Amino acid sequence: MKARLHLAAALPFAAVLACLAAAPAGAAEPIRIGVIAEDASIPGSAIPNAARLAAEEINAAGGVNGRLLEIIDYDNKSSAADSVRAFQRAAQQDHVAAVIASYISEVVLALEPWAGRLKTPMITPGAASDLITQHIRDDYAHLKYVFHGYLASTQLADMVCNAAKDLLVGQYKMKTAVVMSEDAAWTTPLDEEYLKCLPRIGITVVDHIRLSPDTTDFTPVFNKIEGEKPDVMITGISHIGVQPTVQWAQQHVPVPMFGISSQATSSTFWKDTNGTADGVLFNMVSAPDVAVTPKTMPFAAAYEKKFGVTPSYAGYTAYDEVYMFAEAFRKAGGTDPDQVVDAMEKTDWVGTIGHIQFIGKDQPFTHGMKVGPGYITGLLLQWQNGKQVTVWPQDVAVGKLAFPSFLKVGD
Amino acid sequence: MLGLQILIDGFAISALYGLGAVGFSLIFGVSGVLNLSHGAIMVVAAVTAWATAGDLGFGTYGGALAGVLAGFVLSFATYFLVVRPIQGSHAIPREEKEIFVLTGTLLWGIMIQQAIAYLFFNTPKTVRPLVEGVVNIAGVRTPINEIVTLLVSWTAIGLLWLLINRTRAGKALLAASMNPRGLTLLGFEMANIHCVVWAIYGVLAGIAGVLLGAFLGVSSDNIGTLTASAFSIVVLGGLGSVSGSLIAAYVVGYLETVTAYLVAPSVRSVPVLLLLVLVVYLRPQGLLGRR
Repeated sequence: MKARLHLAAALPFAAVLACLAAAPAGAAEPIRIGVIAEDASIPGSAIPNAARLAAEEINAAGGVNGRLLEIIDYDNKSSAADSVRAFQRAAQQDHVAAVIASYISEVVLALEPWAGRLKTPMITPGAASDLITQHIRDDYAHLKYVFHGYLASTQLADMVCNAAKDLLVGQYKMKTAVVMSEDAAWTTPLDEEYLKCLPRIGITVVDHIRLSPDTTDFTPVFNKIEGEKPDVMITGISHIGVQPTVQWAQQHVPVPMFGISSQATSSTFWKDTNGTADGVLFNMVSAPDVAVTPKTMPFAAAYEKKFGVTPSYAGYTAYDEVYMFAEAFRKAGGTDPDQVVDAMEKTDWVGTIGHIQFIGKDQPFTHGMKVGPGYITGLLLQWQNGKQVTVWPQDVAVGKLAFPSFLKVGD
Repeated sequence: MLGLQILIDGFAISALYGLGAVGFSLIFGVSGVLNLSHGAIMVVAAVTAWATAGDLGFGTYGGALAGVLAGFVLSFATYFLVVRPIQGSHAIPREEKEIFVLTGTLLWGIMIQQAIAYLFFNTPKTVRPLVEGVVNIAGVRTPINEIVTLLVSWTAIGLLWLLINRTRAGKALLAASMNPRGLTLLGFEMANIHCVVWAIYGVLAGIAGVLLGAFLGVSSDNIGTLTASAFSIVVLGGLGSVSGSLIAAYVVGYLETVTAYLVAPSVRSVPVLLLLVLVVYLRPQGLLGRR
């Protein structure tokens, strides 16, 4: 009996020894990157998918410093509270070296202090609120671990205005607009900038409407807008998108939609709207049909081949961000958070969205991306017959503006 | 012009609310069940119609029929997998069964919601309209689909009225809502009556789901709101009263529409909630309720 007990006690040790003996020599622990995203939404689902695609490519090429990258995906169900719990688990239990988090500004703003407290480098591939970078600037010592891997709302509004100047004012001589945005953290600075930059390009804003993200019946909104007879609706929508688009088309609202429409950035939008997205104009920083950089089209094609749809806007950025972190781990010679932050600040990377460099600590948009010629310039796309066609800027455009017949747009 | 617009939009949305609520009310009236998976059944019908019409190539009408069928099947699944096992359980005390059914159907609805979000994303889906295009009614540009929604809703409600008042099975349902014990003494099997009422409910919820999907679009995130909306209408009209539910549907539909047009779309449901509080306070049995 006693002998049997001894044998039982020795078994686990023997098993551990056997495992150690079986492990290949030199196999190091993988470097883990946590991905906290909205897996059940169109923009969010592209984040873990694209991150995995990048990690697979990096691993196939030998990994980072002899170690493989491992993506750990946490579905945050679009909830800030779930995201914070996921972040704590990622940093404290799963020991991730970095986190790629969310396309929702409210979520990223909730995670920002945690990245500081737990000293875990974090980047967002899709949230836009200006507050993200403003907080980093105001409290750099604590929040230097946070990077903004997408554009700030103000930068996005300026891109939309630049496109509007060439297309709407230049080509179609439009003079009036209604700004229609969803009520969310990211649209507050967006709308402020719209209201400043539209008059600068010669468009008078006749009304400014902020929609509740819970709105399901948009008829009264469109009715009001139509009554004000604007030439165009300038949009800022992300949490909503399918329903206003379908109702706009079904009700033949004769005013074109132009601006930011995050749901429209994925190819599933066409199917979700039963094709009523035809004519919708939306901003992106990269597109499947334009070689913004030599990496853009191969990534979009590889993503579509693997997942059956084109990536949403946050897919392009998430893909780039895994590469940027990998590069930072390489330069830092490991995953020490402070050294990774130093290396990230020196990022000089040509990704799928353009040439990426982060803005320094004493400038506006600290740890945000540089925009403008030579960096990230932005595109304007239009849904045309089931395809996302880049129509602006002119040097990369692959098609011209075309509107469904119910829209009264004079050439 | 704005008045006519409110009249038309309010009429269509109220008809849809009515259709959604009569089935909910019927189930409570006949079997005493408050089905909190109501919104989930409607959304499954709409998502099925969307998916089958597009991906599976059923076309607009085939998809719509598949959606109604999905509502019918899921209604039976709710009854046989959730409601009946709880009602027949010896482990649950008799007086607690209602609350168990309430909780059971609520959890069932959440399970369905998560399944839809997992399989199809939580982005809204829109069912192709049965008839495309717009017509001009005295200067108000109205989608033909809105008129179709109204006509189909009222046809379904009319057929339900005929079924209840003109057929033997329907009269048995009515009797069951008044005196189930008496009906049992007359030799009617209550289990069969419950099957019939869940079948009718499934078809009504299926049609309402498909129409809602074509009219406004639905997402898995709307499930709670849809159940709450049907619940509010039924409480307002009087639990178990089908005609009360119809009147309440129009009160709610018009109150929401008027608020959305004249105040702001973001506060469209606020007056209805205030009215509900007032009715519960002053007339707890609802407009036409008996208990």
